[in-house]
Amino acid sequence: MEEVFPAIADPARRRLVEALAERNDQTLFELCVRLLGSGHSMSRQAVAKHLGVLKAAGLVSTTVQGRTTLHHLDPTALGGVRDWVERIAPPAEEGQQ
Amino acid sequence: MRITTTSVFVDDQQKALEFYTGVLGFLPKNDIPLGEHRWLTVAAPDGPEGVELLLEPNDHPAVRPFTEALVADGIPFASFGVDDVAAEYERLQALGVSFVQPPIEMGPVTTVILDDTCGNLIQLASIAAG
Repeated sequence: MEEVFPAIADPARRRLVEALAERNDQTLFELCVRLLGSGHSMSRQAVAKHLGVLKAAGLVSTTVQGRTTLHHLDPTALGGVRDWVERIAPPAEEGQQ
Repeated sequence: MRITTTSVFVDDQQKALEFYTGVLGFLPKNDIPLGEHRWLTVAAPDGPEGVELLLEPNDHPAVRPFTEALVADGIPFASFGVDDVAAEYERLQALGVSFVQPPIEMGPVTTVILDDTCGNLIQLASIAAG
């Protein structure tokens, strides 16, 4: 839980989380291509390093399909962050805007 | 000087010939026995007089660690041009081809990546007219 906050503090890592939220289970190459396509090009080494941080925080895990490694986002790992934010800044009650 | 041949390393030449011709649609070109292996090339269906693709045995000990590392990270070994990536994606999926990347558009270029079943990932790319 403590590791999740620094993991998502970096905008590059949030972009990786967003890319996996849009389409889960991507290869390292596909993530690099998608970042490039969205104008946020990063070296493969940098992407791999950021994925390592997300993995250590429990947000991303890897699976092997055939001979290819896929990166899987587990959004439930963000539950602790949501709970903390909601405790400090509770969402408006229904009917109120 | 000109490029006449380029190659992909394959784990089984016969299996590769069947996949590249029977599934992808390449045309058999040269098939010359060379002892244990063959000088085995195929030609592109659109442009059979162009560059030949050599289906080269991967039995040198340095090849597998190299190609396996590329496959693990999802990196294609070669890229071929097609008129319509989305149409090829549909056609090849119907033939049972496994894709590791669905169509991605990057400006005018659209790509997909498939598994050639012989130890490589292959990219197909199209460039939108315009």
